[in-house]
Amino acid sequence: MELVEAIILAVLAASTPLLIAATGELVTERSGVLNLGVEGMMIVGAACGFAGAWLTGSILVGALLGIVAGTLMSLVFALMALGLAVNQVATGLALTILGIGLSGLIGAGFVGERITPAVHLHIPGLTDIPVIGRVLFGEDGFVYFSVALIVGVWWFLYRTRAGLILRACGDNHVSAHALGYPVLRIRTFAVMFGGACAGLAGAYLPLAYTPFFIPGMTAGRGWIALALVVFSSWRPGRLVVGAYLFGAVTILQLHAQGWGVGIPSQFMSALPYLATVIVLVLLSRARTGGSTAPAALGTVFVPDR
Amino acid sequence: MQLVLEKRAERSNTIALVSPLIAIGLTIVTMTILFAILGKNPLLALHAYFIAPLTDGYSLQEIAVKATPLVMIAIGLSLCYLANAWNIGAEGQFLIGAVAGSWIAVKTQGTDAGAWVLPAMLVLAAAAGALYALIPAICKVKFGASEILTSLMLVYVADLFLDYLVRGPWRDPHGFNFPTTAEFDPVATVPLLIEGGRLHLGSIIALLVVAAAAILLGRTIKGFEIRVVGAAPRAARFGGFNANQLIILTFAVSGALAGLAGIIEVAGPVGHLQPGISPGYGFTAIIVAFLGRLNPLGILIAGLFLALTFIGGEQAQIAMKIPLDVTKVFQGILLFYVLACDSLILYRFKLVFPSRQVTRGAG
Repeated sequence: MELVEAIILAVLAASTPLLIAATGELVTERSGVLNLGVEGMMIVGAACGFAGAWLTGSILVGALLGIVAGTLMSLVFALMALGLAVNQVATGLALTILGIGLSGLIGAGFVGERITPAVHLHIPGLTDIPVIGRVLFGEDGFVYFSVALIVGVWWFLYRTRAGLILRACGDNHVSAHALGYPVLRIRTFAVMFGGACAGLAGAYLPLAYTPFFIPGMTAGRGWIALALVVFSSWRPGRLVVGAYLFGAVTILQLHAQGWGVGIPSQFMSALPYLATVIVLVLLSRARTGGSTAPAALGTVFVPDR
Repeated sequence: MQLVLEKRAERSNTIALVSPLIAIGLTIVTMTILFAILGKNPLLALHAYFIAPLTDGYSLQEIAVKATPLVMIAIGLSLCYLANAWNIGAEGQFLIGAVAGSWIAVKTQGTDAGAWVLPAMLVLAAAAGALYALIPAICKVKFGASEILTSLMLVYVADLFLDYLVRGPWRDPHGFNFPTTAEFDPVATVPLLIEGGRLHLGSIIALLVVAAAAILLGRTIKGFEIRVVGAAPRAARFGGFNANQLIILTFAVSGALAGLAGIIEVAGPVGHLQPGISPGYGFTAIIVAFLGRLNPLGILIAGLFLALTFIGGEQAQIAMKIPLDVTKVFQGILLFYVLACDSLILYRFKLVFPSRQVTRGAG
């Protein structure tokens, strides 16, 4: 039973950064903007988050700094893709290339340093319940926040007027504009939300997942988050399922390596990436009847006055 | 008062010509500020980056050596991007090409294999790169899976596969446990152009690729189809051009070129297969493609310029202890400015003074 508990805990920890980053990107894409720079925003969030926590000794300051860094990065994207109507795919790639360089620069002084990772909740009695105790009542703050975040996003998108307007921008920006909604301003906020989430997701890695910073530590998680949004058909509920399934694959391959299954470790490490490809193919295939993507996703919009 | 973007009646040819230069100028201004923030003398740093590598013969050769893979990969990518097919996994195709070509080199090691070895390596590498690139292309055409994400995921897979080979079956038994194959035999090595120098045959191949691409795009129906499918998909459908077929074709060609670049790098400057054979050539080539405006000649110039920043970055690190990551920041900023300036070819800024009269005509 101890092993089951350990595996569930590990899966939750591995899934959380994916869930947070993908939640942000889901909102961005629902507004009609494809920001491929998630990986870049995450890695800068990781570097700034670690720097903040190391300098102040506070995980909270680190997390906030990660959010600020991610938001600033996304503003660069918004300026380019929304302000200057530049191709969103190319801008997103540029953001990732820039982010990888910036994080190396920011994080260079912190490689090899350690911090005390985020504390885990402990409620005497509840946390000690076998198997589910630590899973439900013994996580770090990020895990609880990620769940609250996705529930909040679901409520916002489907139960508020603002959410409806945001989805309208994503499906038909010309109509939304004709109805008098400030499409570009709404999209800018959506992009900033995506950036903030990516920054936080990045900061989670050195603040809670591993208590140190290594360059390139996001290791493609930003790209996997992007794939998860496709996997979810742009729906928050399925996003949760996808993120935890994905975390499970990651943990499974780690454990399989530990059990000494006679397969070279590199093949096991490649599993999450191969799984992404296979899932994308299967899902896209199942969906030949019609795309569920926001109709205006990735298209340039220049309001005519 | 508000600054808004307005579509130009027709594309501005003046801006199209000067925009890469404006972008480079703006990047240099930004870098000057960055150097000052890092506490380095900006003038000395800029000199180390852009002037010093041009002043000695060794560095000049080294620039050509670094530009070779960049130009070859970027030419392939430009075909994809022109056809609106987003191959961003060239790094993986580069690595798979290197692995496939190395297979012949490793298997013929120490035998009396003849002069057929190197040509066979090049052909196999190109074929392997093309096949690897066809995975995302077919997933896109047959199943509608995003080629952006699948091609990128395959980069990580290729990286791990290479890592497995050089740590496992192909490891040099006399290599002190370092993850590398043995040095390739002379018949499996790309010949040098100048005895004792660095310049190798690969640079000539890159030039041939540039020429071939220029002819393909400027003089053939296929090239015309590629450009129309990307620029005006509706017109292309009316014209009876098969967009899916072009996705397959451009992915295959770009994969082949990336694979070829991979084996040339391994059998040329590196001399053996090991992890880390590419400092991100596949990704930097994306910048090269855009900086060169998806035009073969432009890509040649852009490739040389980006190669200069690689060499300059190394020299600045040695001479002034400027971190190597500055080069990546530089490349990222450059791509931003290039894209931003390109936007001004199609749009222009306009000052708008909101008033009743203006808003009445809105919508």
